[in-house]
Amino acid sequence: MSPPLLGVVEGQGNVSLVALPPASADGSCQNNSELKERNYMGLSNCSSVDSSAISSLSEGKNSSLNLKATELRLGLPGSQSPQRDPELSLLSPGKLDEKPLFSLLPLKGGTQSSSQKVAVLGNKRGFSVAMDGFSEIKSATFNEGNWMFPAAGSDSETAHSAPQGKFSVNSGVNVMLSPRPSLNSGVKSVSVKEHSGAQPGMLKEATPVKVLQESPHTANENSHNPSAAAKNNSSAPAAKAEVVGWPPIRSFRKNTLATTSKNNDEVDGKPGPGALFVKVSMDGAPYLRKVDLRTYSAYQELSSALEKMFSCFTIGQCGSHGDPGREMLSESNLRDLLHGSEYVLTYEDKDGDWMLVGDVPWEMFIDSCKRLRIMKSSDAIGLAPRAMEKCRNRN
Amino acid sequence: MTYFPEEVVEHMFDFLSHRDRNAVSLVCKSWYRLERWSRQRVFVGNCYAITPERLIARFPRIKALTLKGKPHFADFNLVPHDWGGFVHPWIEAMAKSYPGLEELRLKRIVVSDESLELLSRSFPNFKSLVLVSCEGFTTDGLAAIAANCRVLKELDLQEIDVEDRRGQWLSCFPDSCTTLVSLNFSCLKGEVNLGALERLVARSPNLKNLRLNRTVPLENLCKILSRAPQLVDLGTGSYVQEPNSEHYMKLTSAVLNCKSVRSLSGFLDVAPRCLPAIYPICLNLTSLNLSYSPGIQGNELIKLIHHCRKLQRLWILDCIGDKGLGVVASTCKELQELRVFPSDPYGGGSAAVTEEGLVAISMGCRNLHSLLYFCHQMSNAALITVAKNCPNFTRFRLCILDPQKPDHVTLQPLDEGFGAIVQSCKGLRRLSLSGLLTDQVFLYIGMYAERLEMLSIAFAGDSDKGMLYVLNGCKYLRKLEIRDSPFGDVALLTDVGKYETMRSLWMSSCDVTFGGCKALAQKMPRLNVEIINEKDQMEENPDDRQKVEKVYVYRTLDGPRRDAPDFVWTL
Repeated sequence: MSPPLLGVVEGQGNVSLVALPPASADGSCQNNSELKERNYMGLSNCSSVDSSAISSLSEGKNSSLNLKATELRLGLPGSQSPQRDPELSLLSPGKLDEKPLFSLLPLKGGTQSSSQKVAVLGNKRGFSVAMDGFSEIKSATFNEGNWMFPAAGSDSETAHSAPQGKFSVNSGVNVMLSPRPSLNSGVKSVSVKEHSGAQPGMLKEATPVKVLQESPHTANENSHNPSAAAKNNSSAPAAKAEVVGWPPIRSFRKNTLATTSKNNDEVDGKPGPGALFVKVSMDGAPYLRKVDLRTYSAYQELSSALEKMFSCFTIGQCGSHGDPGREMLSESNLRDLLHGSEYVLTYEDKDGDWMLVGDVPWEMFIDSCKRLRIMKSSDAIGLAPRAMEKCRNRN
Repeated sequence: MTYFPEEVVEHMFDFLSHRDRNAVSLVCKSWYRLERWSRQRVFVGNCYAITPERLIARFPRIKALTLKGKPHFADFNLVPHDWGGFVHPWIEAMAKSYPGLEELRLKRIVVSDESLELLSRSFPNFKSLVLVSCEGFTTDGLAAIAANCRVLKELDLQEIDVEDRRGQWLSCFPDSCTTLVSLNFSCLKGEVNLGALERLVARSPNLKNLRLNRTVPLENLCKILSRAPQLVDLGTGSYVQEPNSEHYMKLTSAVLNCKSVRSLSGFLDVAPRCLPAIYPICLNLTSLNLSYSPGIQGNELIKLIHHCRKLQRLWILDCIGDKGLGVVASTCKELQELRVFPSDPYGGGSAAVTEEGLVAISMGCRNLHSLLYFCHQMSNAALITVAKNCPNFTRFRLCILDPQKPDHVTLQPLDEGFGAIVQSCKGLRRLSLSGLLTDQVFLYIGMYAERLEMLSIAFAGDSDKGMLYVLNGCKYLRKLEIRDSPFGDVALLTDVGKYETMRSLWMSSCDVTFGGCKALAQKMPRLNVEIINEKDQMEENPDDRQKVEKVYVYRTLDGPRRDAPDFVWTL
């Protein structure tokens, strides 16, 4: 089993989620095939959907070169799609849910639960999981993972078991630092419990402002206050909201705060604290996606998340990757990747120019990125060659 | 005293507050005359209590006027939009009679662009315009003020929705205008010409207060601070930048130069990573307003607060949490005024701040005298503790977001808690109640709140007795506003003379009837009894027994107002 990139001890379910430096990313695609690319339509590249996740943990790395071949590789300069498998490797089998990962129907309007109006984060849209599970998930602060919880129960329990108000619990709950659209709820619940060591700092930025303000109570809310959690939740507070002039706050203040918070969640990704959503388009895909840039702290995370998100569209190829996952990304790997990859990740910045992702420091990138585009390499003339140059120069 | 030359007496009057001046003018005719001609500042708490002409007749030489219009509950949308409170007749009248007018301060008043234009042209010596919670004008009106008031010192706009006409109003300040001391346009939504702003700051050596709006980027804040290191009150614009950037570095050094800043606000758009730049300012801050900054989370707030040891006034959002309030309590020992606003008024149950935070504050900040606190839960025990710790409250406003919510521990009404507050805080002048309350709390208020001047009641009480306790007990009561409480005609009519000693009474969604209001109007001709009649609520000749949705009663010298809209009936 290739070492989890995230420093996880496999099988124990103790995870400290660490942002990986790109260099340590494993260049190979064939390792750790445990975590399969799950496309949003519920069609896994793997033959079996969820329980395979468990069984595949113990499998060798090389099970599905083909499958890997269909994965999207963005060939982000200097970074490599890390293995996402490590996360799955954390699973204690008992946690995994047996329900199908995805229903075939995308969620309507992106709402995960009939009982709540949730700020749908981009990469969750359309990944409907068994809806019934959701009614138990009251907390819309589980934004990142809501749509993935077929077994709300397990989640709730997990959250219950966490100490109240501890931020660490919430971190695990609230944010998947590397969003895994394909993970089933079981995984999620594990991550809830396990990610106690997750970095609060990142998480803070990741969760939308409104959500975060309630984050210390997500654990509680999950358990007992159905509509309490989400600020966007409109079911219970709707009654309160009907009392005219109550609470006694000046309209100016209410409107200003609402605008400020709305800006944070706004779909066009206006900069501000809280979530930063940008559209992600991919050449040839029938529809776009949205990602919250603040949930990532490095390019590789973004890259891997996007790869997963769009893998269903990919007919990319991966070159042969003979290196074990442990090794640092070698130049040859990178080159292989870039050569092999059909796509390049670009972004539109504040000035309206299309730039290659990966050149500037991450924070600067976030501040200037307006939207993302996964471009065909052939279109990326003038962008991609730069990375190739770097490659060549190294070699 | 009659041997004193008039100039000396006049000079003595200069030191008196307007209330004391009211008193001395009653002493004798010569003092009345003297006081009248020397009075320069006047405060009119209800613009309909007196006509402009009467004011001018009484005080012929006014230089500064403060005027308040709509009743307080208008802030919460309980008063229809065009109820009244127009400044225009005042400006017209003063244009003729007060050529030397210098200051105008308006609150909850309707101000139009025409009014601002007229204002700017009528008073060559006009220096100060302060508008709070007003409405009705656009940036065109501001442009007129900027362009025509040659010696303008102060333009202060607070919590106003100003329609943006994109006319570059800020650029209308002429190059010759160098007298600005205070400029606050933080509530404006539109962009201003940044170059004009910087030039304006550069040529205003006396500028002490500057509050920018959110369209002014951090880069420009930097430049402004370097031009105006003498600022005392600063409101930032957009405070977003990359911490490693050059702009941020420049800001850091500019801030170090601003040794006089004592008051800080703004941060509507904020990148918390950039907050450390202002830590040097925090050391000397006495006033901090982060109540419009939901972007600063609890622990960042706490980090900031740690630096603010001299804070006297703090306005903040409840995302600071009880823990954060604990930090405030241990750090800000000189705190006098605290306001904690809800960041999410409708989110049920998730208690960002609770009674624990308040108790912590009361233990740490013994000088606290003014409080506005929004929370989701409260207990009598907590209030009793607070009352013991802080007997100096002059303003105590507690808003439990859930109407009629009892003590969350004992499930009892909060009568005892509020009772403890009024009993302990002998100087209490303003009180706002919330939570589950019976008539008992009003008994306590009537008994103990001797200095109470303003009382706000919502969803409280059981019977007329409650209101009567208050009317009987609080001698100095000036403003009483009640909503959604079971007080009816008996309470309204038992002591009608009381209302002439008060500025105003507001009752909405109570049990007073049309007949009761009519009776009141009949008995007291010097009161205006206004029924605010929202659509379809009352027919032309309503039955006396029909309940009145909203009634506003106020004393006046000049009878029913002539500008009342159709839906307002003055009985």
